[in-house]
Amino acid sequence: MKEIAWLLPALPLAGFIINGLGRKYIPKTLAGIIGSATVLGAFIIGIMLFMQVHETQQGQVLNYYRWLSVGSLVVDLGLYVDQLSAWMILIITGIGFLIHVYSMGYMSHDEGHNKFFAYLNLFVFFMLVLVMGSNYPMMFIGWEGVGLCSYLLIGFWNTNTNYNNAAKKAFVMNRIGDLGFLLGMFMIYYNFGSLDYNTVFAKVAGFEINSPVLVAIALLLFVGAMGKSAQLPLYTWLPDAMAGPTPVSALIHAATMVTAGIYMIVRSNIIYTLAPHAQDVVMVVGLATSIFAAVIGLKQNDIKKVLAYSTVSQLGLMFMALGVGAYSSAMFHVTTHAFFKALLFLGSGSVIHAMGGEQDMRFMGGLKKKLPITFITFLLGTLAICGIPPLSGFFSKDEILLNAFMASPVIWSLAVISSLITTIYMLRLLFVTFYGKFRGTHEQEHHLHESPASMTIPLVILCILAVFGGLLNVPEIFGGNAWAHHYFSGMIISTGEEHGHHVSHATEFILMGVMLTLIAAAFVVLRNKYITKGAVPEKDEEMTGFTKLIGNKFMVDEIYDFFIVKPAYLMSSALYYVAELKFIDLIVNAIGDGIVGLGRIFRRLQTGNIGFYIFTMVLSIVAILVFKYFVV
Amino acid sequence: MKEVVQGIPLNYYLALSTVLFSIGVLGVLFRRNAIIILMCVELMLNSVNLLLVAFSAFHGDAKAQVFVFFIMIVAAAEVAVGLALMVLIYRNIKSLDIDFLNKLKW
Repeated sequence: MKEIAWLLPALPLAGFIINGLGRKYIPKTLAGIIGSATVLGAFIIGIMLFMQVHETQQGQVLNYYRWLSVGSLVVDLGLYVDQLSAWMILIITGIGFLIHVYSMGYMSHDEGHNKFFAYLNLFVFFMLVLVMGSNYPMMFIGWEGVGLCSYLLIGFWNTNTNYNNAAKKAFVMNRIGDLGFLLGMFMIYYNFGSLDYNTVFAKVAGFEINSPVLVAIALLLFVGAMGKSAQLPLYTWLPDAMAGPTPVSALIHAATMVTAGIYMIVRSNIIYTLAPHAQDVVMVVGLATSIFAAVIGLKQNDIKKVLAYSTVSQLGLMFMALGVGAYSSAMFHVTTHAFFKALLFLGSGSVIHAMGGEQDMRFMGGLKKKLPITFITFLLGTLAICGIPPLSGFFSKDEILLNAFMASPVIWSLAVISSLITTIYMLRLLFVTFYGKFRGTHEQEHHLHESPASMTIPLVILCILAVFGGLLNVPEIFGGNAWAHHYFSGMIISTGEEHGHHVSHATEFILMGVMLTLIAAAFVVLRNKYITKGAVPEKDEEMTGFTKLIGNKFMVDEIYDFFIVKPAYLMSSALYYVAELKFIDLIVNAIGDGIVGLGRIFRRLQTGNIGFYIFTMVLSIVAILVFKYFVV
Repeated sequence: MKEVVQGIPLNYYLALSTVLFSIGVLGVLFRRNAIIILMCVELMLNSVNLLLVAFSAFHGDAKAQVFVFFIMIVAAAEVAVGLALMVLIYRNIKSLDIDFLNKLKW
């Protein structure tokens, strides 16, 4: 295992170096092939590792190099291959490969094609480091690296100032979260004397439940997760991140990077299990984010923005699952979400490609016939995210809802509301975009075409995954054996409390029934509104009251702007005009002027008279001798 | 050779060296002709050489004589460069008075 595991991150890195250095010389097709092939190679190695892990059912630490050894702090460049990292590797490289292939079609007309592939490969590399590292610093390296790649790719079309601002926003928001992560790491090292997963978790096990140290560490790490996984209150960067090319949104901002926070919590699951107070916070934040983002998603008209808020909402749902201790359910939802959300993003990319860059769904409509493959895959993706059985989303969401119900019926009902809203905005998106009459310009209508094969094939594969992904974890109630749940059970340390009250099968069926009835009702109402009556979302200026508030995303950006950004600017300009100009500049200039003034005086000594020079020289030597022998 | 040197008391050498060195210093300080200044510098160097040789002989240690050879070599090289400079200066300003060489100043 050790011989091949290092190749996994090394391959995408090699792809990055080749494409990055040779971006001016390598032809576009070759760059795309290099980029995709390295990720495919990593995927194949990933499958080999997965097989081994599945067979042995235990993790393995592979140390390659001792990076730091300062006092008692030892950090190895080590990889940790266990159930969780092998699972994440397959998601990252598998979906990553499909998205690389898709990008070959999507970015084919772009000048920065080769640069794009270099960045994508770099991202895959860092993401693999993140999930494969054997200690927190390695995770942090990957964590920062994916943040960097996210920044580079959001601002990929860097001639547009708005896009650059979106990239900066993502970067700064993530830094806030990273501070929490860093502080969490400091606390871990301070209390446990190590940063290696195995050492830390072994020591954590000796602590009492809810001891302040564990709660503090769990909360600080969760702050990091909030930033990376776009939870309240640090979520605003993710919708703006849609400025990047669509494959980026699919890969980084839906399937992989934003799930890093969930990965981190599942990785540290013993800390959270032993800190129920922190778990409650995770649960509440997740649930609040889930509902809040879903509500905003109801009134967005940019096709990618809807999906972005949907992602935030789904991530919230996953955090809620983590909060109630359902780690394997959260990972299962990460997986199915990666399938259907990547599919939806790539589908929306296909639509945008066909529409020549138009993203506002009010100017789309009736695309069903023009883009048949995109339509069918998008339809199935939508049904999957809505939770229609037997698509993948149904199983993963149902499991989360069931776990929520076991924790408390109140949590369950709120989660159901969130899921219902998800259904509503996704169906709205589907109906407005693909049904009805075409509402764009004649030119666009003439231009409409199905995307090339390099884009539709990934769509079809992802669609198959989104449809059948649920089979990974069919619950016992449907005669399945909850395979994924058992797969993860080896690395999730349970206190045995969360399974205290089991629900009967009858209750399970009732819960499913309630959810499905609500979805069906939503379907009928929306179908009536958008297809039968052909309603089109109102223009921005026609929105009123509460609708307008939602359409404006609850003014969160404006609030942050007013309370944080503006004061920060004010403070910095105050510091500039007062501290900088009136104090620091004065001191610095005074020193400079003083030295110039002294020079003006003393340069008179340079008379040009050689006799004088010699005279002073001799006199000085005599003075030195006198000083040396008679004074000291 | 050692006996010849030691035939004269050490104090005499010291006095002679001091006198030679002082003449050299005074010459450098008060003469205006560049060639004479150069010669005075040589005088100072040689007074030191004399002293080194004398001490070496009285002390029975040859290390100082090695030093003397170095000083002679350096002095020879220095004179070669110095005199070449003098020639060029003279060709340009038809004089070797150092008081005329005062263009290089603030």
